[in-house]
Amino acid sequence: MSDALVEVQQVKKYFNVGKNQSLKAVDDISFFIKKGETFGLVGESGSGKSTLGRTIVGLHQATDGRIVYNGRDTNHVKGKEARDLNRTMQMIFQDPEASLNPRMRVMDIIAEGIDAHDLLKGKKRKERVFQLLEKVGLSAEHAKRYPHEFSGGQRQRIGIARALAVEPDFIVADEPISALDVSIQAQIVNLMEDLKEEEGLTYLFIAHDLGMVKHISDRIGVMYLGNLMELTDSDSLFDEPLHPYTQALLSAIPVPNPKEASERERIMLEGDLPSPISPPSGCRFRTRCPHAMDVCREIVPEWREAKENHWVACHLYTNEGGETNEKTDL
Amino acid sequence: MSRLLDVNDLRVSFKTYGGEVKAVRGVDFHIQQGEVLAIVGESGCGKSVTAQSIMGLLPKKVSRIKSGSVTFNGKELLGLSKKQMQKLKGSEIGLISQDPMTSLNPTMRIGSQIAETIKKHTNYSRSKIHDRTIELLDLVGIPNPEKRYRQYPHELSGGMRQRVLIAMALSCEPKLLIADEPTTALDVTIQAQILDLLKDIQVRLGTSIMIITHDLGVVAEVAQRVAVMYAGVIVESGDVEEIFETPKHPYTWGLLKSVPRYEKGKHEKERLVPIEGSPPDLFAPPAGCPFAARCDYAMEICIDQMPDPIKTSETHQARCWLNDTRAPNANDFVAAGGNDV
Repeated sequence: MSDALVEVQQVKKYFNVGKNQSLKAVDDISFFIKKGETFGLVGESGSGKSTLGRTIVGLHQATDGRIVYNGRDTNHVKGKEARDLNRTMQMIFQDPEASLNPRMRVMDIIAEGIDAHDLLKGKKRKERVFQLLEKVGLSAEHAKRYPHEFSGGQRQRIGIARALAVEPDFIVADEPISALDVSIQAQIVNLMEDLKEEEGLTYLFIAHDLGMVKHISDRIGVMYLGNLMELTDSDSLFDEPLHPYTQALLSAIPVPNPKEASERERIMLEGDLPSPISPPSGCRFRTRCPHAMDVCREIVPEWREAKENHWVACHLYTNEGGETNEKTDL
Repeated sequence: MSRLLDVNDLRVSFKTYGGEVKAVRGVDFHIQQGEVLAIVGESGCGKSVTAQSIMGLLPKKVSRIKSGSVTFNGKELLGLSKKQMQKLKGSEIGLISQDPMTSLNPTMRIGSQIAETIKKHTNYSRSKIHDRTIELLDLVGIPNPEKRYRQYPHELSGGMRQRVLIAMALSCEPKLLIADEPTTALDVTIQAQILDLLKDIQVRLGTSIMIITHDLGVVAEVAQRVAVMYAGVIVESGDVEEIFETPKHPYTWGLLKSVPRYEKGKHEKERLVPIEGSPPDLFAPPAGCPFAARCDYAMEICIDQMPDPIKTSETHQARCWLNDTRAPNANDFVAAGGNDV
């Protein structure tokens, strides 16, 4: 793929949980992120979306598979090249309270990356921090303060400034707005959109709030229990969700409109997420799927392009489940 | 319909090293028999403190109820002794809290925790308590209640734990259920299940529910009436249709505009409209309208003087000068919900 910035190829990330068991947080996932797009990753807690994000930026070592960034396999870079790779991939974290060192001044928090990569010194470093603060909607006088002096939204702005400090090309934002109030969420989302335009960034936006993900993303991948279930552009995903899990997920979003809320039919999912230590055989969603068939128990559904640029892993869209296709017209 | 709960001019302050925080600054609302009232607001607006005052759960050492009254079923709740309050809690008012992990005892079996509540408030025999517990677990949709009865909280998922809490709150058939952010810690698909359960309880048992949330989607889903809180006051209240379709307060407009709307087939991207700035400091709340500093429509009077609730219909009222009869020019864009006319 020539326009892909990040290619994730059959990546697995297992955690050892003792007793010779492993937790398959990410299990054989492949997709790519195009240069300049915002790729949204959604899923419930425990679906492995954060682990995948962290694996991509290199905070976790993948158990298997490759991550290719700008044509380079990240497993096989060393020395200066590896440092440069670290610089171009940055991360914004969920909890701005926990991700900023409470004993450091904002100036040093933001400049941490600059120092680590030895980019700027002295007066230039200071000026760069001031410029970053202004870019994220704060002011130069904030540089002297400590994180506790800021509100949640402002702290998230500091986290964004820190990520931008080393001029990255690619940012993984792991639930950047879920800890914030509704009115502040919109501020941060708008800021991220502006920065993307100005700096030519590519985002991987991880969240469980489907409404916001739809708003910010060009394409969306839906994860369930360590697997990708569906992947397509955000409009098609909402207009025409193919996978039963996506359909249920979309119908579960509470809509801020009482009329619509009382009128619409909801697909209620029974039960809870199974344990990722011993996931169900075959399709991982089959235990909660309203359309589950015998084949779902036996064979893992193939990851295939059901429509143009619309990928799905579900037996309803393979030949085995051909005769049941009409059931999914919703 | 009669009023089950009536809260009048409630004011609550907290003592801190930095001074006095006026968390709730004159809150009036009521809940009718069998109705679901939602209190919405952002963190720090005083919605949870309001609920805690009703339940008598405020930390005694640092908090003070400055004034106000809370009448439940014709009985004044403020000033009740701990013992009287405890009798009422559990039997007539049930509470569901946000975090199901921390509100359950990790060392006790699920069944015994529910049975404990029943034992405290009734004089049932042991076998009757057991049967009632199983019945409750079944009522809140927990499959396999006999097995679950013997399990510990850590063996249950978040959604199941929340169901256990609901079962506990319902154990003595309370008239009022107070749910403080009951679904915030849960995933959307589980949230949908719990909201359905709450609606079902209201319909089947006729329980009144006061739900506290920051999520407008949840409000639209379950509530019949809504009170919007900001900086310790209720800025707008009304029927759920009125709040969503003809909101009268700029803060409500802002909240509604800052969530992305999705319509099928509509593909052009609209920019979100955030509310700029952040809520006021409650150490020294502003003299006028607390929202004035962030409000696009603020007038001079807004900064000086707090408006009284202004009725715009039988059930709908807003604390905003724009709705005052002396501001006739504002009528048009109030009707348009703050959008350009």
